[in-house]
Amino acid sequence: MNLQTMMRTKTFMAAAAILVLTSNPLAAKKVVNNDAKFRQKLPSDKQIEQALNRLTFGARPEDAAAVKKLGLKKWIAKQLNPASIPENSALEATLSKMGTLGLSSEAMAIQYPTPQVLTAVATGKMPMPEDPALRETYERLSERYKARIERKKSKGEEDEEKAKKSTEDRIRRRIGTMTTEERSAALRKLAPQQAVAGEITEAKIYRAVLSERQLNEVLADFWFNHFNVYIDKGADKWLTTAYERDAIRPYVLGNFKDMLKATAQSPAMLFYLDNWQSVSETPMPGTKRAAPKGKARGLNENYARELMELHTLGVGGGYAQKDVEEVARCFTGWSIEDPNRGGKFKFNERVHDKGEKLVLGVTIPAGGGMDDGLKVIDILAAHPSTAKFLSRKLAQRFVADEPPAALVERMAATYLKSQGDLKAVMKTMISSREFYSVGAYRAKLKSPLEMVAGALRATGATVTSAIPTSQAIANMGQPLYRKQEPTGYSNNSEEWLNSTGLLERMNFAIALSENKINGVKIDKVRYAGVAKNSGAPEWQRR
Amino acid sequence: MPTRRAFLGNSGIAMFGIGTSPMWLERAMAASNAGGRKKVLVAIFQRGAADGLNIVVPHNDKAYYAGRPGIAIPRPDGKPRSTIDLDGFFGLNPNLKALKPIFDEKKLAMVHACGSPDPTRSHFDAQDYMESGTPGLKSTRDGWLNRAIPKEADQSPIRAVSLGPVLPRAMRGVNTAVAVNSVRDFQVRDKMAGEDYMSRYAASADTQLKGTGKETFEAIRLLESMRKAEYKAANGAMYPGGRLGSSLRQIAQMIKADAGLEVAFADLGGWDHHVNEVGATALLGPLANLLTEFGDSLAAFYQDLGARMEDVVVVTMSEFGRTARENGNRGTDHGHANVMFTMGGNIQGGKVYGQWPGLEREQLYEQRDLDVTTDFREVLGGVLQQHMGQADLAKVFPGFSPKGQTGLFV
Repeated sequence: MNLQTMMRTKTFMAAAAILVLTSNPLAAKKVVNNDAKFRQKLPSDKQIEQALNRLTFGARPEDAAAVKKLGLKKWIAKQLNPASIPENSALEATLSKMGTLGLSSEAMAIQYPTPQVLTAVATGKMPMPEDPALRETYERLSERYKARIERKKSKGEEDEEKAKKSTEDRIRRRIGTMTTEERSAALRKLAPQQAVAGEITEAKIYRAVLSERQLNEVLADFWFNHFNVYIDKGADKWLTTAYERDAIRPYVLGNFKDMLKATAQSPAMLFYLDNWQSVSETPMPGTKRAAPKGKARGLNENYARELMELHTLGVGGGYAQKDVEEVARCFTGWSIEDPNRGGKFKFNERVHDKGEKLVLGVTIPAGGGMDDGLKVIDILAAHPSTAKFLSRKLAQRFVADEPPAALVERMAATYLKSQGDLKAVMKTMISSREFYSVGAYRAKLKSPLEMVAGALRATGATVTSAIPTSQAIANMGQPLYRKQEPTGYSNNSEEWLNSTGLLERMNFAIALSENKINGVKIDKVRYAGVAKNSGAPEWQRR
Repeated sequence: MPTRRAFLGNSGIAMFGIGTSPMWLERAMAASNAGGRKKVLVAIFQRGAADGLNIVVPHNDKAYYAGRPGIAIPRPDGKPRSTIDLDGFFGLNPNLKALKPIFDEKKLAMVHACGSPDPTRSHFDAQDYMESGTPGLKSTRDGWLNRAIPKEADQSPIRAVSLGPVLPRAMRGVNTAVAVNSVRDFQVRDKMAGEDYMSRYAASADTQLKGTGKETFEAIRLLESMRKAEYKAANGAMYPGGRLGSSLRQIAQMIKADAGLEVAFADLGGWDHHVNEVGATALLGPLANLLTEFGDSLAAFYQDLGARMEDVVVVTMSEFGRTARENGNRGTDHGHANVMFTMGGNIQGGKVYGQWPGLEREQLYEQRDLDVTTDFREVLGGVLQQHMGQADLAKVFPGFSPKGQTGLFV
């Protein structure tokens, strides 16, 4: 019983863990061996291969020669300044055909109407849109909703569900054989809600395969995964597109604090981690309760906890349960204006907890408003634990599953010195000897996305629809935008190694070599062998 | 860089090639012919921290209702929307009604206030600890389920199977363990290409990929006969749609095929109910939907296996419980202790076990969560010892000394 009480205290646990770690001779030996490997430099041609393996989704047939010609350092400098690289016009043309990618969430909710918008129109609470094409879609869809609402009152919604299902089934049966353009047009009319998630998924694959700004795309994948949201959670179906575009992509080589703030204020994150409903436990003076009946009535810790555990400090980063509660209080009132209609971030002063808070030893005085949350962001972004946590995670993705501690330390030092400049941190990492070391060379297993995108790049595949490909990636264990847990996918690549994953990789490779993946075509004469090789053991590492 | 990696060539030596008949296959078949049956452990993980207090409801603890005015499951009154009483103190969430007959048959037991001695409220860490079987210790590389597989020279390639596209932490380790997404689709689509890959993986210098490749091809061959026949559940069992039902149906299929399955794992996510956990009645809302899937799947599995359930124990777990009181959004935040279900084998069912710590503020862990009175390893360890016949738990749960007093086994 005594021991159990002791075990309960975090400090004891931490001390115990350190003791066990340091007293394990095997563990110590392993570190030493790895350190030696991380000091051993790769020959120059392998350095190019290493850079292409880590900073892109896989080399195209001509890439190694092109990098050699340009010079590795120059190529990296360009990749670190993606705006300086002209984008692939074929990619831009494909993306431009996908109507949802550029829309604001509000416009999306109208143009690709949510069930809530359709219901509002069906019940006359919102006007029909003016645009004739859109109007036609609305009339058909809102009829369906109207019928659904009425039938609910009378004989239930089964028939309606059936009718809706059969339409969607018809589309679904054909969807694998449509091009991206055909599908976008068809879905926009018949099932606009499916177009949204479909297009962002396709766009991710197109970018991974075709973009000239490869490092930018690899980083977009890394940081979206770091600040994961789950597209199938309610309103996130409509909010995720703008989230990735506006809160993640602009900052992947920018300042971390800006990205942190953008995610904190993004409707997608506020919805995903429930903060939009978190309100002060203490009612405002003069009102009986902090929020209307049936709505939010108090604190929700979900965002506050994941903000520290997953976004910034890391789980051992020095916060306690009390900090979680205090941070949650600071973020009360950070909310969304009508999320089901694609609403914007709003700060709701009325439900904000105005009391004094103590966050990680810093007093946030009473009487604050939205700046309470902003102060928390300042504290977290500047915290040494954040520097270390982010650096280790980047090094784990780009260098090795167990990245050398000395490299992580240097990256963290760069982070702190540059006040969170992610480009500077990347430079420290990419120019390190560890990055080009024997220890890092082919040390990572490819994730399903890396395996598939790499195979498509290596075979010069023409992609006219990426939905079947996204299904293959999902079957390998990585459904895109559909990691339900806020942790995102692990950056420890060993976790991708299992029999089903391997089998799916082999089957993808076979299908690719035979041009049997809908929407994907390769030159079989030149690349069938390469395609098939993508199911072999050598291909699974980068 | 495909050119650089141009291939080693096909050595032609199929190390575990088609045409040879390895020992495990002969054994599995011999066992099957002799009617030999293995003891099986099925572990189910409810990812996301299921709300144990709304699953096995302490309806006679007043503090339960005081703390959850909006989301408590109503006291038993015989109506479909209320708690199904089990023993006058605890009751089942009504969405688990399919499990009540199994409880009454004394084949289902729960242990309440179970959990980890580690205080973390991080999903990730708590799952990690529960799967490694070493709470508080991050350096453990393998999982408890993998360590629970006894080492034998010849073993069935499907001795340890996880249903789904990834191999969970609990099953990772030196012993063979395969992930199977779908028994029916578990094959290389092209036979020639399959043989080619098989020899390439066998010849690979990459020990990790070579090992997983070997496991994969062996499992493919063993599952071949099962793929051919459409599986029909017995005794009129109806598995619900959804992942858990599909996983358990395939586990039942493998058990009945007598192909050497000993340890199976399945999971079901989505239990992290911070908002609107319970709908307008206890029969509505996200918790209700998940529990229906959970209860109906377990009940279908029980029915499907029939008498064979003697050989099988199902045990469920979730990384931690949820706050005793509801939060500001008709949900619950991360808590501490939870409830575990055990079903089948020689489980002394029909009872809710565990010392109840109470839900008054001063009885709660850190004044907010149900306290842990039974270490989750007591339950898992009991099943390993009493059902699977493992004498030595020290290897599976290093540093843990079981008290052995759950009462689940006589």
